[in-house]
Amino acid sequence: MLKISNLHKSYPIGDSSLHVLKGIDFEVNNGEMVAIMGSSGSGKSTLLNIIGILDEYDSGEYTLDGVAIKDLSEKKAAVYRNKFLGFIFQSFNLINYKNALENVALPLYYQGLKRKDRQEKAKFHLEKVGLLDWAHHLPSELSGGQKQRVAIARALAANPKLLMADEPTGALDTTTSYEIMEFLQQLNDEGKTILIVTHEEDIAAMCKRVIRLRDGVIMEDKIVEQVRAATAHV
Amino acid sequence: MLKFLFDRDTWQEVIDSMTKNKLRTVITMIGVWWGILLLIGLLGAARGMENSFNRSFSDFATNSVFIWGQSTSMPFKGFQEGKRVTLRLGDAKKIEENVEGIEFVVPRNQSQGFVVRGLLSGTYSLTGDYPLLDVVQKKKLKKGRFINQNDIDKKRKVAVISEDIYKQLFDKDEEPIGELIRINNMNFQVIGVFEVVPFGGPQTDIHIPFDTFQQVYNRGDQIGWMMITGKQEFDILQIEDDAKLLLKNIHRIHPQDKRAFGSFNLGDMFGQVTGFLKGMQFLTWFVGIATLIAGVFAIGAILLITVKERTKEIGVRRALGATPFEIKRQIVVEAVFLTLIAGLFGIISGGWILIALDSAYGQGDDAQIVNASVSIAVVFLALLILVVLGSLIGLIPAFKATSVKPIDALRDE
Repeated sequence: MLKISNLHKSYPIGDSSLHVLKGIDFEVNNGEMVAIMGSSGSGKSTLLNIIGILDEYDSGEYTLDGVAIKDLSEKKAAVYRNKFLGFIFQSFNLINYKNALENVALPLYYQGLKRKDRQEKAKFHLEKVGLLDWAHHLPSELSGGQKQRVAIARALAANPKLLMADEPTGALDTTTSYEIMEFLQQLNDEGKTILIVTHEEDIAAMCKRVIRLRDGVIMEDKIVEQVRAATAHV
Repeated sequence: MLKFLFDRDTWQEVIDSMTKNKLRTVITMIGVWWGILLLIGLLGAARGMENSFNRSFSDFATNSVFIWGQSTSMPFKGFQEGKRVTLRLGDAKKIEENVEGIEFVVPRNQSQGFVVRGLLSGTYSLTGDYPLLDVVQKKKLKKGRFINQNDIDKKRKVAVISEDIYKQLFDKDEEPIGELIRINNMNFQVIGVFEVVPFGGPQTDIHIPFDTFQQVYNRGDQIGWMMITGKQEFDILQIEDDAKLLLKNIHRIHPQDKRAFGSFNLGDMFGQVTGFLKGMQFLTWFVGIATLIAGVFAIGAILLITVKERTKEIGVRRALGATPFEIKRQIVVEAVFLTLIAGLFGIISGGWILIALDSAYGQGDDAQIVNASVSIAVVFLALLILVVLGSLIGLIPAFKATSVKPIDALRDE
């Protein structure tokens, strides 16, 4: 599904450069639910951005679903993002002047689907996150958890191969966080591959595998016993 | 691309981003609105003035020149300088026969007339004229008729008087036709009253038959001046030169003598006024388009700010799979749409201004602004300019929007 080998990335800072990723190797198979952990500055967000084709890497190899991701034009990158990836952000990143349904339908718009098909699919995914009744509400009229569920519906709408979540619970309280995690686990049970960046241990424990980063290298990569969010105590 | 333009979502996006901040949208559009309004208003007003000018001149042969005799400034063939030059009737005929491009030559004679009617009197200018004058300088007769060939042949003592004289010498609503007035102690019968039009060329107050004038004032075949009109396709300046040269030849005057004949070239004057009006139109276009460009730049600047504000949103869209082209296209469409809407408002309000101008200054026969209007072609041209400028200016924020990497855009707070 996803294969990364000897990945390096550095950012120029003034005259010198900051070496953020110092040779990352890992593989993610279909149906996995992986947590990438690490303190701030460990390079976990950079890694996620590279996997999400939002950022470029300096050296190494990265293949996604059998496609080598290297030196893509912006247009190609956009197409791959649309086709392969669903993004969930810490701050939801819903478009504030579009209602929930329109937000969910947005990736479908960029896929070039007809209006009717988009509406239908978007409704289906909104229903899946339990927010069909809120379809015509603006993000400002939704709670944090609801917003994140809309964002998840949006990430799912394009039916991506890989769901990528950058601190999906970072802006939510624990109860809501667990609800979101419960939902992500459900999706994973249905076979969706999910990658979550987090620095919260309890969130990481709800995944099936945890990769710990420190100073740009993988410290630990282990399979864990998944804690079901539905049974977790707040 | 066409499919994109007819796609409901495209416009939904445009409307969304415009209504999101109404104040900004309105302020943005004011620049373009004002530019188009100025363009339409000024062009219409300029056209109105031109129409008014043309209407005043419409009854007048504008391709004409007046020539009169003065005195020589150079000795020639035994004559000393300072010789009086007097035009003769024969000169007119010779000019008509020999100068190329002549339409009419109208000899005229002028004098002062002390006019008395009952207890009222006044001094007015008096000319002896041929019926032909009515052709080259159409008289707007309020009453009666102009001089005809019969008057000439029979040397009748008849007069066509201006409206001003009628008002000064006659009672209100009094019938002037057939009445007698004394001009320099000689009775003339009034046969017509004409209206004085502004810009109508040299004006006189009283016209009497040419032959009557010659006889009464003992002029023989001397004429005061002549009006020469050229055919439309001939250059009146050339005709003036040719006619003067011919006259110098006849009157034995040095060909280089500049003072011997005086002249007033109406065609030349007319050309200058027309040129002035053309210049004004050019100026109008210049000012209008310059203002338009300023307005379009304002739109560009506002869109640039909008794009900056929407950096994150654009980043999200790109993460969701929007290609840079799609982002750019949307912003350009927004720019064009804004300019077009503002432009349409400008055209409409410009039209109102022209309607207001027309009702304020455009009524009646002596209106300064006649039928102030712009042609549909101009309106379409203005819209075309707007579309072109709008798309060009839209490209700046469009490229700005996609120059940020999506990752940086997403990080933007």
